[in-house]
Amino acid sequence: MTALWTRIEPLLGQVQKPARYIGCEEGAITPRHGAGRVSWLLAYPDTYEIGLPNQGLQILYEVLNERPDAVAERTYAPWRDLDVLLRRHRVPLFSVDSHRAAGDFDLLAFNLSAELVYTNVLEMIDLSGTPVRAADRRPEHPLVVIGGHCAFNPEPLADFVDVVVLGDGEEVVGEITDVVGAWIRGGRADREHVLRDLAQLPGVYVPSLYDVTYDGPFLAAVTPRFPDVPAVVDKRTVADLGEWPYPRRQLVPLTEVVHDRLSVEVFRGCTRGCRFCQAGMITRPVRERPAAQVRTMVAEGLARTGYDEVSLTSLSTADFSDIETVVGDVLADRASRSPGCPTTINLPSLRVDAFTVGLAGQVNSGRRSGLTFAPEAGSWRLRSVINKLITEDDLYGAVEAAFSAGWTRMKLYFMTGLPTETDEDTLGIAELAANCVAIGRRHTSRASVTASVGGFVPKPHTPFQWFGQNTLGELRRKIDLLRTRKPRHVQLKWHDPAATVAEGIASRGDRRIGRVIERVWRSGGTFQEWGECFDLARWTDAMAVEGLALDWYVHRHRTVDEVLPWDHLSAGLHKDFLWDDWRAALAGSGVEDCRWTPCYDCGVCTGYGIEHVVASTLPPAGGSQGTGQELDNVHGVPRPRRVQPAQLLAVRSLALTHSHDREEHQ
Amino acid sequence: MILRVRYAKLGKVRFTSHRDTARIWERALRRAGVPVATSQGFTPRPRVSFGLALPTGAESIAEYLDVELIDGSTLDDGELGGLPDRLTGVLPAGFTVLVAGRVAPGSGSVQEVVSSVTWELTPAAATDIHAAADSLLSATALPLERERKGGRRVDDVRPLIVSLSASADGATMIAELSTAGRSLRPAELAALAFTGADPVGVRVLRTHQWIEHNGDRREVLALPAAVPAPAAEASA
Repeated sequence: MTALWTRIEPLLGQVQKPARYIGCEEGAITPRHGAGRVSWLLAYPDTYEIGLPNQGLQILYEVLNERPDAVAERTYAPWRDLDVLLRRHRVPLFSVDSHRAAGDFDLLAFNLSAELVYTNVLEMIDLSGTPVRAADRRPEHPLVVIGGHCAFNPEPLADFVDVVVLGDGEEVVGEITDVVGAWIRGGRADREHVLRDLAQLPGVYVPSLYDVTYDGPFLAAVTPRFPDVPAVVDKRTVADLGEWPYPRRQLVPLTEVVHDRLSVEVFRGCTRGCRFCQAGMITRPVRERPAAQVRTMVAEGLARTGYDEVSLTSLSTADFSDIETVVGDVLADRASRSPGCPTTINLPSLRVDAFTVGLAGQVNSGRRSGLTFAPEAGSWRLRSVINKLITEDDLYGAVEAAFSAGWTRMKLYFMTGLPTETDEDTLGIAELAANCVAIGRRHTSRASVTASVGGFVPKPHTPFQWFGQNTLGELRRKIDLLRTRKPRHVQLKWHDPAATVAEGIASRGDRRIGRVIERVWRSGGTFQEWGECFDLARWTDAMAVEGLALDWYVHRHRTVDEVLPWDHLSAGLHKDFLWDDWRAALAGSGVEDCRWTPCYDCGVCTGYGIEHVVASTLPPAGGSQGTGQELDNVHGVPRPRRVQPAQLLAVRSLALTHSHDREEHQ
Repeated sequence: MILRVRYAKLGKVRFTSHRDTARIWERALRRAGVPVATSQGFTPRPRVSFGLALPTGAESIAEYLDVELIDGSTLDDGELGGLPDRLTGVLPAGFTVLVAGRVAPGSGSVQEVVSSVTWELTPAAATDIHAAADSLLSATALPLERERKGGRRVDDVRPLIVSLSASADGATMIAELSTAGRSLRPAELAALAFTGADPVGVRVLRTHQWIEHNGDRREVLALPAAVPAPAAEASA
């Protein structure tokens, strides 16, 4: 045990926000290390304020600490000021729970929710005193693990990590603990021994056990080096969320973080089928938490944490089939609580329709300042391409309902650089925003509308994985087009298109991109998600030095027969399904939500023998998004079709969500 | 009624800011079920008032919090006596509520009534505290250049020093500083007193906040004799 606190403490007087590094949260455990316990250091490769609220990390922290044979602590990326001091004083990366050296843990496990944090992963491995390249590690070094949405294309990090976990982590972390525990008891023989054993676990991918061959710039094959290593690794899926009521003891930080409130996950997975959305594709099927359990988790969580705000989280919370029951229950419990500040219920990721606004009004009787909608594209034509099937009537109905119910600020999220996008579509963003302002100003002269525009990055395991991303010049031109046509009373915000390019390099990169990430890191390029730290030149210079072409990796359309770097990893989606959906997108035709319409066999339920867990067979009341969308009247909907289970394929678009986190924080 | 508590903030939690501390208290009061009055309006806020801000990184055994209870709710002496333990139980380790009392209506907030504060400054390396104190006390003026509203100006901070002395073991400077006008912060005093030492390495502890009335000086809330000295450091 190496308690580093006495060496860290003198440094904390010299850094910004020292409370990031002290731990002490309500809900934190007192770690019990010792023989017979496999020690996990759960790492989030961004600042404490961004990482602490991460529910995935908190769930695994509890699940592991409940086991008699495991102990888990947490660490977050030290901001640059502390990083410099740690290196100067030769203090390694440490856990925030007991300030133990990261290198003393058996596993160093990263949660990856965005690509631009990859250089921080390298920085944290290095700060822990562990060799950055997996091939250089010895048995005494921690096993470096990655999970989270980005793990569905881990190839750019393949040279730096030992183990990749695909999908839900609740069950597989226990199985990994068993295997690693046996290896430790057996005397920690060579690393390949334990890696071979780990590769037997469903959902676990060990990159070093595969050979990668190339055909010029193209990938030829990714082949297991041993017969017992699976050719295709499938993701893990927790079938019943009701069995996993975690976190039971959500961490309450002492310092302000993003999402500083209680969070209760109401369902996992989404079948709306938005074609840009990796999260929706890789987390299928839909698994709802029983409404009674949601009620209990909210009531107990509020009492235990002292928070006065709860967020009911999911990819689209108004789609929760028992949403009205749950909201009614929570409101009833709130009324019966002791007087004092009223509890706020937060419904993130709202659908765009009047029903949803009504729901938001019901739960939010106090302050009504801002409401956020994500139409994503400026025209119905382009929204059909991306399968975000919001009509203008839906949007204006929602906006009318919101302004008339007292909200004064509206935020609209859009993407630019989408497949088939024309300037007319781009300018549609300005038109929609202008019409929303006009509706608002009929209600209040304070009405304001912000249009936030991000460049689209195609993601693995989505129908858009074959699409060539827009160039930097093209994205800049589109944003400039919007800037010159910005309507009055509309605020326009945009994500830096240069960061979109770098994200594109990492999103669909292969193993060769690892050398680029290493160069960006070695040149000092950490915290690339942060505007003040980002510099595209680091990325383009590194690409040039490595002889890799930006156009080839980022801007090129892929073909149907091409081997994609993640073809040997599966989120359960048939590659045929994704390809057909890509073709349907180009034809401008949408697909319905399969929770309430016949199966179109994307492959997940049939392949894994699991099903949607939805309390109601009827779609929720409300706008077109909830009622089967009446697509027949609008565009030809592809009839449900059967696709032969072909090669299993595998899976994220929360980059936008992630940058929203930072916006909320900054 | 208005409730006033005196609490200690020691160990790792000294790195939380004044603003962090306010949020920690709001949650703790809700968890303890204290019926806190709230402000009117669309964003009701709990009616809680803090004393003079403690600098981030400084420790204290003399922090204060006033809590207005909702109309009609009172705490009898028994409830008041049990309140320190009840609140300490829902606060993060390192926060200890030492004593709770009632504030007479109209007697002013802690910020308004406190006239001076006692600090203990302990440098990391051995320092001649007596000599440092004598040097500052014998100066007729102590000009200190500080940032103020974007500009720099020089203040004479000598009048702000009420008293300076060394602790019995000679390791710590005990300083009483006036809070009148623009006060002298402990880090600024450390820089003046321990020239050449790294001011960041000086451990700062607030031990008293004083109210002066007609020449008399008393603590805002005195500690009952039975309160044990809090542990110096929450262990790692």
